[in-house]
Formats: sequence, structure tokens, C-alpha cells
Amino acid sequence: MAAHGAQVQRQGLSNGMLGLILFIASEVMFFGGLFAAYFIARADSPSWPPEELLAPDQVSRGVRLELEVLLPSIATTLLVISSVTIQLSVWQVQRGNRTAMIWWLFASIVLGSAFLTVQLYEYSQLPFGVGDTVFGTTFYTLTGFHGAHVAGGVIFMAVILVRALGGQMDSEHHEGLEAASFYWHFVDVVWLALFTTLYIVQ
Amino acid sequence: MATIAVPHVRGQERPAILEWLTTVDHKKLGIMYLYTALFFFAVGGILALLVRTQLAVADSSFMSNHTYNQVFTMHASAMLFLFIIPVWAAFGNYFVPLQIGAPDMAFPRVNALSFWLFPTAGILMFAGFLVDGGSASAGWTAYSPLARTLGPGMDLWIISVIMLGVSSTIGAANFIVTIFRMRAPGMTMFRVPVFCWNILATSVLQLLATPVLAAALVMLYIDRNFGGSFFDPNGGGNAVLWQNVFWFYSHPAVYIMILPGMGIVSEVIPVFARKPLFGYKAFVFATLGIAGLGFSVWAHHMFTTGAVLLPFFSFMTFMIGVPTGVKIFNWLATLWGGSITFEPPMLFALGFVSMFLIGGINGTYSAAVPVDFAIHDTYFVVAHIHYVLFGGAVFAVFAGIYYWFPKIWGRRLNDKLGTIHFILTFIGFNLAFFPMHLLGLDGMPRRIATYADINHWELLNFVSTVGAFLIGVAMIPFLIAVVAAFMRPKDQPDNPWDANTLEWATSSPPPPHNFDSLPEIHSERPLFDLRHGITTSHAVQPGAAEGRA
Repeated sequence: MAAHGAQVQRQGLSNGMLGLILFIASEVMFFGGLFAAYFIARADSPSWPPEELLAPDQVSRGVRLELEVLLPSIATTLLVISSVTIQLSVWQVQRGNRTAMIWWLFASIVLGSAFLTVQLYEYSQLPFGVGDTVFGTTFYTLTGFHGAHVAGGVIFMAVILVRALGGQMDSEHHEGLEAASFYWHFVDVVWLALFTTLYIVQ
Repeated sequence: MATIAVPHVRGQERPAILEWLTTVDHKKLGIMYLYTALFFFAVGGILALLVRTQLAVADSSFMSNHTYNQVFTMHASAMLFLFIIPVWAAFGNYFVPLQIGAPDMAFPRVNALSFWLFPTAGILMFAGFLVDGGSASAGWTAYSPLARTLGPGMDLWIISVIMLGVSSTIGAANFIVTIFRMRAPGMTMFRVPVFCWNILATSVLQLLATPVLAAALVMLYIDRNFGGSFFDPNGGGNAVLWQNVFWFYSHPAVYIMILPGMGIVSEVIPVFARKPLFGYKAFVFATLGIAGLGFSVWAHHMFTTGAVLLPFFSFMTFMIGVPTGVKIFNWLATLWGGSITFEPPMLFALGFVSMFLIGGINGTYSAAVPVDFAIHDTYFVVAHIHYVLFGGAVFAVFAGIYYWFPKIWGRRLNDKLGTIHFILTFIGFNLAFFPMHLLGLDGMPRRIATYADINHWELLNFVSTVGAFLIGVAMIPFLIAVVAAFMRPKDQPDNPWDANTLEWATSSPPPPHNFDSLPEIHSERPLFDLRHGITTSHAVQPGAAEGRA
């Protein structure tokens, strides 16, 4: 939205991109708060996962604080590839190839949706819930908020796709697509941090 | 869209109410911010008088303990979240674009979203009084485990504060982009008015600290509603975690609540002392220093938890007194040798400097760990926060209102009524809050509904209550002055105070597009240069503002 644009033609980032980067900075702080909670809980706990905190009734319900690595690894691959495809989309539109831009954008949306599907399926299979010790609480809060951001990114890209199909976005004017790609890379990086801390680092 | 240079004719055909409800104009949004914030100031003030009525005498039975908990919680929540923080957004919205010579904020529609979240969240928070168990009653700090156990009013409070957080986060991004990218030709960063610098520093704090509060509130909400264990030791959580994430926001929030006030005072004092602000750059760096150090002092609220590194946070807290002290010297040196006159804006600005100084000193006092252990959670802390946020922020709000009233409405508030308003407020304020130092040193705990009459506690509390009601009475001359001003025609010139910043270069009130002409900018005082023939003024080209075709 440049309706009330700058009085001076300023160099560098546009208002929109600077605004988006500031917004992403605030999002980093939001996830920072959640990560801090996770690390404090983990540091406080004598063992991780904190199986010893499970009450007898939780154990008898079959609650186990265990995570499988296979499904989230697939999801991680999908998301990393989608980060590549959205960047290809940006590069294509910069060269004026709108058809390729639209296809790569479409591919990114499909990959993002596939990530969400895998995540929801994983949720349905996990042997613990959000109320099962701080392990379950932090796991679902962190991955859940990340998933919400993936959903937001998919919507963001879908809006750009509709605009592109309507004839917008060319080699000169494609700030919306570039903004969506920045946001999507951010979502990807947060996931890599989450995947590493939640699933890999024992 | 970018090629349209014609003013928005379509908007003028719409009914006024629709125009206000759908406006994206920064001045209209600023006025709506101001009205809404002052409304909540009145509500919070009435709640404060209820608190003081309860505490006027020992062993009072004016209200039940549970009612008292709701009243003091909502008093603080309204004053902090619904009055002080948004009232700076009001002044910022109206005056940042005017002071930097811009036609509007960078993102006008985002600006409208920021505003509309604010009254919505206010209604949601106060809707707590209608639900089972009443409103939030865990204090504005909402510590666990208490906050995990209260009724649904607490959930409304959480959602409301998250909404306000979103409002100030996106508003902060808007201010930062506006100040970095919308400045008029010639206005380098070191010619930006100090008020805008303070809004910029505030915005950085809001942008980076508010999301952490949102994270904390989300965790509390999950604990309360989905069986989460963030703050529950039985499930491996940690109740002190809440204090860490909460204060990581809420201490910077204290600077969010005071920096714009410092900005206003720094606009007012040079104008009424008829001197440039002493040490402009030192002031700017002090502002940035406060913002930077503001992130490293949060745990001084938590000395008694035994869970924080005392020497570090104590040292950093003493450190943050340094840039604040620099500012006090900036103001005093500006006054020194000036041709001072005492119109109401200046009275309130001087009230700010003197009272905020006390608030700063008794704050530094509390930074010493042994002292803090003795006065933690006593009325001494209540005295401190009110010297900072009433003696500081509220005095600055009124300085700003008296100073900018002619610009916003083209009318001037009566000087005599303003002077009476100031004197009554000043006396009432000190009567209300000075005795709290003594009560605190004597060990009276805060947030209790009743007390026994030992060591003259009843006398001191009664004096405090008299002072609180005097502050209430002091608002009467202010309201009369406002009504009287609106009954008179708009007669104010562009620059009634001979001020030096750009908002005074346009008509009072300004046209929708803000400026017909702008002076050349070669210093941080463009209108001073213009008055003295150093520079000239040039018409703003129609459409130049929208020249990003």
C-alpha cells in the first residue's frame, strides 16, 4: 500500500518490506518467549522427557512421553523444499517468467499444505496430550503455534496466487510475492529450530 | 491509485459518523485514541477512588476482599493498558507525521486496525465484571499460581491484553517505518524532533518486548484452559517462569509508558524557556540508552524470588539511572537562563521533571538488593510507581494536551483554569502518594483490603485518600476549560506558542493532507530558522506526496 507514500524517494527497502521485516522481528520475539519456556522447563527437569512426573492414572491411560522422528523428518523435508520453490518463484518473476512463477508458487502452497497434513496426522498418533506434563504442554504449544504460522503463510501465498492469476505480479512489481517469500523463509527457519530442539537434541 | 492527486472528495459526502468509523486519517485516529484513552483514564480513576475509599479507615468493610481484588486489579489494568500506553499512541499518531512533515503514517489502514483493537479489548476486559466470579483479580501482574485458579474474568483479561499487545506491536512497526521513511526533504535523523525520537525508541521496545508478553499470556491461557503445566510444578513447570517472561515485557513497558512523556516535556520546556533543548544529541542517545538497557533490568522485580542473579540485575538497574539522569540535566540546563513563562503546558512539564525525579530516586533506592528485600511488595513500591507513572506520565499527558490543544482543535484552553487544574493536581498527587513511602518503610503490604491501625497507618492512609479525591476534584477545572474552549470559535493561529517544530507550520487544525507548504529544513528547529529569515517556505506539490507511481 503506497497510497500515501514517502515524500522523498528513499533508497533501499520499501515501506512495505521494512514493515514486514519489523513484523517478523516481533514474531521472532514471540517464539523466543515460547522457546525460553521450553528450555527452562527442560533445564529444570532431572530427566527429559520427564517420565517420572507422570501420575499413575496417566500411565494407566497409556500415556508415554515419546516422539517418533520419521514423520517429522518427512515434514521437515517438505518444508525445506517449499522454501526453495517459493524462492524459485521469486527468481522467475524477476526474469519476467510469470507462468513459472505461478507454478512454483502453487507448488509451495501444496508443500505447505502437505506439511500441515503430516503434522495433524502426527498429532493424532502421539501417545501424549497437551495436559501430560510440561513435556506435552511445551510440545503442543510450540508446534501448534508454528503450525498456525504455516497455515497463515499458506493463506498469504494463496492470496498472492489469486492476485497473480488475476494478472498482477510482473518483473517490476512483485513486492507481495517477495513479502510472502520472506515470511515463508521465516516460518521454515523456526521449524528447523523446533525440529532440532524437540526431536533431535536429546 | 498512486496517480490520483485529487483530495478524497468522496469522503466528504459521507455522514460524519461513517467518516469517523471508517477513517484511516492519522489525525482522526489520533483524536479517537485520545478520547478512548481519556475515557479509560476516568474509569481507572473512579476505580482508584474506590480503592482509596476502602483504605481510608482501618478495618474497613466498604467492600468485600474479593471485590477489592477486582477493583485494584482493574484500576491498574485500565490505567496501564487502556490509558497510558494508548494515550501515547494518540499523541504519536497525531503528531509524528506532522512533526516530520509527512502526509500520514506509512500504513494508514494498519493504523486503523491498531486503533479499533483498543476499544474492543477495553470492552472485553471490563466485560469480566459481568461473568461468574467477576473480573480479573490477580493484580495487573497476574502471578501464578493465583492467576491459574481464578474464574473466566481472568480469561477475558488475558485475551484483552493479547489484543492490546497486537495493537501496540503493529502500531510500533508503523511508527518505525513512518519515522525512518516518511520524513520531509532535509530532515535527517538528527533533525527529527525529540518527541519523535522518543516515540521511535518506545516503538522498538514495543515491537520486541510486547510479543514476549503475548507468549506469556498464551502460556497462561493454555495452563488455564487446556490443562497445561507451564507454571505448575506438579507437571514439571515453574511458577517463576511467569515472572520472568512477564517482566521481560513489563519492565520495558515502564519505559514504553514514560519515554513519550519525556518527549513531550522536551518539546514543551524549550518553547516556554525560549531556548533550544540543551544537548539534543545527548538527549537522543540517552533515549536510546534507556531503550537498550531497558531489556536488561527486568529481574529487579524478582529479587526476593531467589531465582535471579542479584548483582547483575542490581548493577544494570543502577546503570539505567544514568541516561535518565542525563535527561534531567538536559531539562535543567534548558531552563537555565531562559525567558521562562508559566503557561499550563509549562507548569505540567515542570511538575513532570520534579515529580519524575522523585520517582527516579526512590526507584534507584529500590535497586539496592538489601533495601529491596525490605520494601518488596510494600506501599513503597506503590509510591514509586505512582511518582513515575502519575507524577511522570500523567503530568506529561496534561502538558501535551494543553500544549497541542490549539493545534488539534484550533482553540486554546483557558490559562487560569489550567493553572488551578495544575495546582490542585500537584497538591493532591503529593498528598495521595507521599505518605505511601512512609507506609511502605513501615512495612504496610500492598494489595490488601484492610489493615489494623498501628503506627499511625490510619492517619497516613486517610491523608492519602484525601489527596486522591483532591486529584478527582482537580479534573473539574480541566473539564470546564475543555467545555469553555469548545463553546468558543476556532481562533488560534498556526503557531500560538512560537514553537519550532513542523506541526506548527500548518493551520490549526491542519487540513486533511497536513501541509500546503513546508519550510526548508536545515536544523532541528525549522520554524525558528523560518521566523528569523534563515530559510524560506515552499509549497508542497500536489501529488508529490503520492509520487511513488
